[in-house]
Amino acid sequence: MSVASVQHAQHHAPPQSFIRKYIFSVDHKVIGKQYYALALVAVLIGMVLSWLMRIHLVWPNAPIPGLQLLSKSGAPGGIMTPEYYLSLLTMHGTLMVFFVLTNAPFAAFGNYFLPIQIGAEDMAFPRFNMMSFWTTFVAFCILVAAFFVPDGPPLAGWTSYAPLSAVGPDAGPGEGLGQTLWGLSIFVFCIASLLGSLNFIATTLDLRTKGMTLARMPLCTWAWFITSCISLLAFAVLLPACLLLILDRVAGTSFFIPGGLVISDRLQPHSGGSPLLWQHLFWFFGHPEVYIAILPSIGIVSHILVNSMRRPLLSYRVVIYCMMAIGFLSYMVWGHHMFVSGMNPFSSLMFSFPTLVITIPATIMTLIWLGSLYGSRLRITSASLFALGFISMFVSGGVSGFFLAQPSIDIYLHATYFVVGHFHMVMGVASLFGVLAGTYFWYPKMTGRMMNEPLGRIHFWFTFVGAYCIFMPFHYLGLAGNVRRYSAFVDDYLLPLIPVHRFITIAALVTGVAQLIFLYNLIHSRFLGAPAPPNPWECTSLEWTMPSPPPFDNFGGKHPVVYHDPYQYGVKSSTGDFLMQDSPEEAQA
Amino acid sequence: MGKVFAVIVVVIALASAVPIITHHWFGTAIELRPPEDISTHGHAIDEQLSETMVEAGLSFLAAQLVLALFVWKFSNRSANAEIKTFPGGAKWLVIAALALVGTEMLALGVLGQRAWATVYFTPAKPDALQVQAQAGQFAFYFRYPGADGKFGDLHPDKIDEGNSNFFGLDPANDVDSRDDIVSGELAVPANREVHLLMHAKDVGHSFYVRELRIQQDFVPGLDLSVHFTATKVGKYEIVCTQLCGLGHYNMKAYLNVLSQEDFDSWLKQKASEQ
Amino acid sequence: MFKTRWFLALLTLVVSPGLLFGAATISGKVSYTGTPAKSKTIDMSKEPSCAKQHTTPITTEAVVTGPNNSLANVVVYISAGAPDESSAPSQAVTFTQKGCQYIPHVIALRTGQELKVVNEDQTSHNIHPMAKVNREWNKSQPPGTPPLSEKFDKEEFIPVKCNVHPWMHGYFAVLKTSHYTLSGEDGSFKLPDLPAGKYTITAWQEDYGAQTQDVTISGSETKTVDFTFKAKPY
Repeated sequence: MSVASVQHAQHHAPPQSFIRKYIFSVDHKVIGKQYYALALVAVLIGMVLSWLMRIHLVWPNAPIPGLQLLSKSGAPGGIMTPEYYLSLLTMHGTLMVFFVLTNAPFAAFGNYFLPIQIGAEDMAFPRFNMMSFWTTFVAFCILVAAFFVPDGPPLAGWTSYAPLSAVGPDAGPGEGLGQTLWGLSIFVFCIASLLGSLNFIATTLDLRTKGMTLARMPLCTWAWFITSCISLLAFAVLLPACLLLILDRVAGTSFFIPGGLVISDRLQPHSGGSPLLWQHLFWFFGHPEVYIAILPSIGIVSHILVNSMRRPLLSYRVVIYCMMAIGFLSYMVWGHHMFVSGMNPFSSLMFSFPTLVITIPATIMTLIWLGSLYGSRLRITSASLFALGFISMFVSGGVSGFFLAQPSIDIYLHATYFVVGHFHMVMGVASLFGVLAGTYFWYPKMTGRMMNEPLGRIHFWFTFVGAYCIFMPFHYLGLAGNVRRYSAFVDDYLLPLIPVHRFITIAALVTGVAQLIFLYNLIHSRFLGAPAPPNPWECTSLEWTMPSPPPFDNFGGKHPVVYHDPYQYGVKSSTGDFLMQDSPEEAQA
Repeated sequence: MGKVFAVIVVVIALASAVPIITHHWFGTAIELRPPEDISTHGHAIDEQLSETMVEAGLSFLAAQLVLALFVWKFSNRSANAEIKTFPGGAKWLVIAALALVGTEMLALGVLGQRAWATVYFTPAKPDALQVQAQAGQFAFYFRYPGADGKFGDLHPDKIDEGNSNFFGLDPANDVDSRDDIVSGELAVPANREVHLLMHAKDVGHSFYVRELRIQQDFVPGLDLSVHFTATKVGKYEIVCTQLCGLGHYNMKAYLNVLSQEDFDSWLKQKASEQ
Repeated sequence: MFKTRWFLALLTLVVSPGLLFGAATISGKVSYTGTPAKSKTIDMSKEPSCAKQHTTPITTEAVVTGPNNSLANVVVYISAGAPDESSAPSQAVTFTQKGCQYIPHVIALRTGQELKVVNEDQTSHNIHPMAKVNREWNKSQPPGTPPLSEKFDKEEFIPVKCNVHPWMHGYFAVLKTSHYTLSGEDGSFKLPDLPAGKYTITAWQEDYGAQTQDVTISGSETKTVDFTFKAKPY
C-alpha cells in the first residue's frame, strides 16, 4: 500500500444528543462497547441456561423453583420436560456461538481497536457499522422471542439438522414457531456479520495511516482482518441456507425433506429434498465459524503475551502465515462433522486429511508462544494470566481434535461427550479466555479506570481451575461412550456415570458463581476504579498513545505516523524497554 | 504468582492424565473407557485409539509441562534480566511441528485407512443375515424376512402403530410381507455376519452400539446399511445418537447376541407372536 | 267428563316424570362377524421399567374381543335426538399411564369436561392427542409432575399417542351428549335414563368405523339394539 496517499474515514462532527452519543452512534468505539454489552448479556443468559441443563441432568426429579414461570408447559411444577431441556440446549448453543463468540472477540474488540491500531479516525463506513450492530441486536431480539412463543424455543440444536428442523410442528414440541424464529434470527445475524466483515476488510486495506504497512499491524489487527475475510465467505453460505430452511417450514418447499416421511402419524407433503444438503451447507459455514471464534482470541492473546513478555515473538511473520493457513484450510474440512452421516465414505477420508493438516499451523503457533516465553521477562497480571491460560486451554482442546479428525476413531467418539469436551475447551473456554484477557488489558483504555487487580487474579484462578474441572471429565465420559444431547441418563450403561456428571455440575455452578467477581469488578471499577494512565502496560501499539478513554475522533484530527512494528520490546529507549509505534526514536540496542 | 501458575498447570496436567491411565474415575469403580470389543473389525479401531492416546497424551503433557516450566523460570524476573532467544528460533520450531505432526499423521493415517476400509469399503457377505432396522421417533424396530427370505414392501401410509404395524406392511395385498417378523429388539446369532439395512421413518437418527464399535446415521431418503459380526453372546444397548426430538434420550433397543440354537428358537417364538 | 279430566290429569302426572326425567333404557350387544386381526404381543423391551410390570406381555388393544364374538371398548352414544344438554359435568375423568399402557384404552368424555392425565410410571411419557377439529397439543409429563388438566370444546374422536413409547395408542371420545357408554368385556352396553323419543344411536369402533341405528322409545321400556361389525383380518 502506498504511504503517500492515505485515505481517511468520512469525517463526522462530534455527536451532541444522548441518542447520537450512546445509542445510534456511528463511533466505532461506542459500537464496540455496544457489541461487548450485547455479548455480556448473551453470555450471562447462556451460562444460566447451562446451569439449568446441568442441574436437570444430575437431579432430574428435583423441581427448579421458578422455572415454571418461564415456561408452564416446559417445566410443570418446576420439573423440566425432555423437550424443554433440548430447547435450553439449543438456545445455549445458539447464543454462545453466535452472540458471544462471534460478537465479543471479533465485533466488540475488533470494532473498538482495529481503526485505532491502524491509525484511522473510524471505520471505512461508520453508518454501515451502526447498522451492523443494530441488525445484530434485532437478530438477538428475534432469538430471545422464541422463549415466549406457545410451542416453546426450538429444540433441534444450534446445528438445526433437517428434517427435524424443516418439517414444522408435526415433529413435536419445540418445532413450532420457535424454530422459524431461530431461522429468521440467524438469517438477520448473517446480514449483520456480512456488513461488519465488509467494513473491517475495507478499513484494514484502505485506512492505514502513514507508515502503517500491513507488516506493521499488530497481531490482533491481523487476526481481525483474516477473520473478517473468513466471515465474508462463511456467512454468505449460511444466509441462503437459513432462507431455504424457512421456506421448507412455511412455504411447502422440500429443499431438505425427502418424500415418504411419516411424522405424528401423518405422511408429510414433501418430496425430493436432501437432509445431507443442510448438513453440507451448515458445516461449510460451521467449520470456518469456529475459526472465526478462535482467531481473534489468538490475535488478542499474542498481542498481550508479547507485551507481558517484554520481547517480540520468535517470528511475527510465521504466526501471520499460520493464521492465514488456518483461514484457508478451514474451508476444506467441513465434512469431518459428517464422517458417519451417510455421505460417501471416501469423502470422509478426503476431509480427514486437511483436518489433520490444520494441526500443523496450530502446533507451530503454540510452539512459537512457548518458545517466545523462553528467556523472556514475563510480567504476571490478570490479563497475562488469562493469556497464558489460553495457551493451556488451546493445547488441551486442540489435542482432543486429533482423535476426532480420524474417521475410524470418530465412529466410536462421534456424538459423545468427547466432542462436547473438545469444542467447549478449544472454542468456548479458550476463546473466552482471549476475551477476558482482552477485557483486563483494554479496560483502562476504554474506560479510563483500572480494574481491581487482586479480584482479577481470583477470577482467573476460579475460572481456570473450574473450566478444567468442568470440561476435562467430558473427554473421559466420551471415551466411555456417553452420548450427547440426552436430557436424562436412563440407559443401563449411563447410570454408573452419573457421579462424574455430578462432579461436573458442581464445578460448573461454582465456576459460574465466580463470574460474579468479574461482573462486580467490571461495574465497580467503572465508577470507583483508580484513574488509568494512558499506557499502564507499557504497550507499543497506537491505542496507548491516546488518552484513556480516547476522544471521539481518536487522534484529535491528526494522523499519526508510524515508524516501527508493534513488537519493539526488550530494547533500550527513552521510554524504557520498549518503543511506541509512532515514536520517531530508533532502538538503541 | 507465575510460580503458582506453573505448579497449578502441572497439577492439572498430571491429574488429567490419571483417569486416562487408570481407566477409572478417581478412586472409584467407574470405568471410563470403551467397553469390551465384541466385533470382528473393532480391534483396528481400538489399536488406533490407543496409539492416538499415547501420541496425544505425550504432546499434551509435554506442552503443559513446558508452559509451566517456562512460566516458572521466566516470570517476574528483574527489569534488566537478559532476554534470551530460544535456541534455533522459529525455524527449528516450525520444522519440529512439521515433523511431529507429519509423522503422526502418516502413522495414524495408514492405520486408520485399514480400520475405515473394513467397515465401509468392504461389502457384506452375500450369505449375511439380512435384517432391516427402522428408526422412528422414538424407538427402533427390526424386521426379519421370514421363511420366504423376502422383505415385504414398505407403505408409509399404512403405518398403524396401535396395531403394531410399525413398518407399514400391507399383508392383505402383499404376500411377501405376511411372514415378516417384527421385533423391538435386535437378536442376532453370534459369529454370523449381519447385514443391517437402515430405514429412517421420520427424521435423522443414528445406530450406535459401543461394544460393536459401530455408529451410523439413519438418513431419511437414503438407503444406508452397516454390516458386522458379533462374537460374544450377551445383551448390549443400541442407542440413538442423532438428536431426533424430545424422546432422543430414551430411544434405545437391545442387541441380543444369541447362540445359533437360541437364535433359531427366538425367531420361531417371534414368528408366532406376529 | 269429570272422570276423564281426572284420568287425563292422573295420566299426565304419571307420564310427565317419564317425559322430564326419562325412564327408558336402550341396551344391547356389540359383536362382530368374520375373523378379526390377531392381537399382537407388545414388545416393551426398550423400556425395562415398564416391561417388568407385566408378567405376561400385554397385547394390542385396537380390537378387543370377548366371548361369543363380542367387541369391547366400543363407544355407543346418542348421536341425534337427545335433548340439549349445555353444561358439562364438573367431575373430571382420569386417563392414566401405567406400565406404559393407557388406562382406559378408550376414554369417553363430554365437550368441556375436564380431562386429568396422570403418569404413574418411572419414565416420562408424552401425550399427543392428534386432534383435527379440536386444538392439537403435545406435552411431556415427567414422572413426579402434577396431573395434566385439559378440555376439548368440540365433538371428536381423537387418537392419542405417546411419542416416546410408540406402542401406546388410545382414543379420546369427546361427545356432546351425556348419553354414552362403552361396551363391556362381553360386548354389552346400556344407555339408561332416556326420555321417550326418536333417537339415532351410533356405535364407534376405532378400526371398524361407525354404525348408526334409529330407534324410537316410549315410557320406561327397555329397547334392545344390537350392533354387528365386520371384522377385518388385517
